[in-house]
Amino acid sequence: MIDKKTIEHIAKLARLEITEAEANEYSQQLGKALSHFEQISKINTEGIEPLVTPTEIEEFWREDIAKQEFSPEDMTANAPSKAGNLFKVPPVV
Amino acid sequence: MELINASIIEIAEAVKTKKASAKEVATFFMKRAENLNPKLNAYTSFNKQAIQDAEAIDARIAKGEDVGVMAGVPFGIKEMFCTKGITTNAGSKILQNFVPPYDATVVARLKKAGIVITGKLNQDEFAMGSSNETSFFGATKNPWNLECVPGGSSGGSAAAQAARMCAGTLGTDTGGSIRQPASFCGIVGVKPTYGRVSRYGIIAYASSLDQAGPMVSTVKDAALTLEVISGHDERDSTTSQRKVPTYSKDLSTNVKGMKIGLIKEYMHGGLHADVQKTVDQAISTLKSMGAEFVEVSVPMTEFAVPVYYLVAASEASSNLARYDGVKYGYRAEFANLSAVDLEDFYGKTRGEGFGKEVKRRIMLGTYCLSSGYYDAYYNKAGQVRRLIMNQYRDAFKKCDVILSPVTTSPAFKIGERVSDPLTMYLNDIFTTSTNLAGLPGMSVPFGMSADGLPIGVQLTGAHFDEQKMLNVGCALEGASSVKGKTPNV
Repeated sequence: MIDKKTIEHIAKLARLEITEAEANEYSQQLGKALSHFEQISKINTEGIEPLVTPTEIEEFWREDIAKQEFSPEDMTANAPSKAGNLFKVPPVV
Repeated sequence: MELINASIIEIAEAVKTKKASAKEVATFFMKRAENLNPKLNAYTSFNKQAIQDAEAIDARIAKGEDVGVMAGVPFGIKEMFCTKGITTNAGSKILQNFVPPYDATVVARLKKAGIVITGKLNQDEFAMGSSNETSFFGATKNPWNLECVPGGSSGGSAAAQAARMCAGTLGTDTGGSIRQPASFCGIVGVKPTYGRVSRYGIIAYASSLDQAGPMVSTVKDAALTLEVISGHDERDSTTSQRKVPTYSKDLSTNVKGMKIGLIKEYMHGGLHADVQKTVDQAISTLKSMGAEFVEVSVPMTEFAVPVYYLVAASEASSNLARYDGVKYGYRAEFANLSAVDLEDFYGKTRGEGFGKEVKRRIMLGTYCLSSGYYDAYYNKAGQVRRLIMNQYRDAFKKCDVILSPVTTSPAFKIGERVSDPLTMYLNDIFTTSTNLAGLPGMSVPFGMSADGLPIGVQLTGAHFDEQKMLNVGCALEGASSVKGKTPNV
């Protein structure tokens, strides 16, 4: 079990508003999952480089040319709220 | 040609030689899809332009144009893939009304080869699930038994293909999401080598594990589809620049002298009797065809599920940070936007927009990446991941292809496992290590359970060696008990 204070801290980091009931549920479920996952701690991994991309990434170069594939209208078409071609957001400064 | 059982290759041939028009093919499959969908919930939306798109193919053929190797083939596309002008929602409320301005590279390549999009297919929300029960748009039913799950996350694709609501489908696989539903629904599903297929325009779940692949009715169709979608894409720097083999042309059922590996650590029982029987029969079938079996050892696969969930959840928590209610997707309602605190704006939007399982994985991933835990979880998981890959590489020095079960049991009942996340996660025991190691894998339908459910066999190949895996699949397909059987829907 993960304590509720930690769950609330993690939810804040993840920008997720969660209910009291969800916090209780996650504290149980995540605690259970993590205690199962902790079995990997016993594996000796000294000096092993973590693997991120499982196949080789070959170098690939292209000219740095700006493309005009989309119009501002295309790019703002899905906005939940906008003014002209600008996204409407709460005050950020 | 009976359309209901026709392969992709047969349909394309008929359309190109004008034995059938793309329009009549599209009309047949659209009608069948619309009729069956209330029962199965495999489609989330239909392409309203499908018949016009088919007419356009016919018009081009009439003009003598080469319309591609998949001329007029009706294809269903999982909700994970961006489709220009067609809603793409990833099975989530947060993307409910999202209409992409562009096609995913794989969709663009299929269109260039001549497909007609029938519609979008249901899936677990953001591909996080093994049963299709986490979709915001409701669970999909298994056409072989409506009380069972079709598997997941590409459950809509598997159900639609098995019920022949299209002639081919495309799925994505992060930890088994193509192979497991393919097994549960009795179709062929292929997850290519990581880097074989472009991820551009596929909604990201866990970028170092995600791959797209065909979910179709025959191994030859899978080979052809893979050929069409594979190859370098300048928009995805993780795609390989290796030449794409002509998989469908080189397909062979000759497995004589081929070395097939059995993973020692997978042999300690615990399988459902019908799954065990299916695997045993696959082994004896291949032996009778002249294949040799060797024992290989990948001891670290024991840790595949923990490593997979730690890596996938961490990557997901970062990937899904983009859903902020600003540029696209769902935004919570606020009476007076100028009085809203930014943190509350994000929190409420994301809290309301994501479903339970997605939130659970974002929380898990955020925890693993947070200060003080990063080394113990994310970093450690990455190290074990390398050990898993190294052990697979050693195993492939001794064999050409590895054979294993796809899952421990046939399709389970809807609602049976949804309440316990950890039990659900442990479903993925045989599929996740393939993604962690970046290997190609596939499920071929081979056995039938006593209850009349299809069961697949999993084949895994070495990096970029899809051909040998497809060949073994093709050999098994000919002796499959699922062959000629169709779900009664």
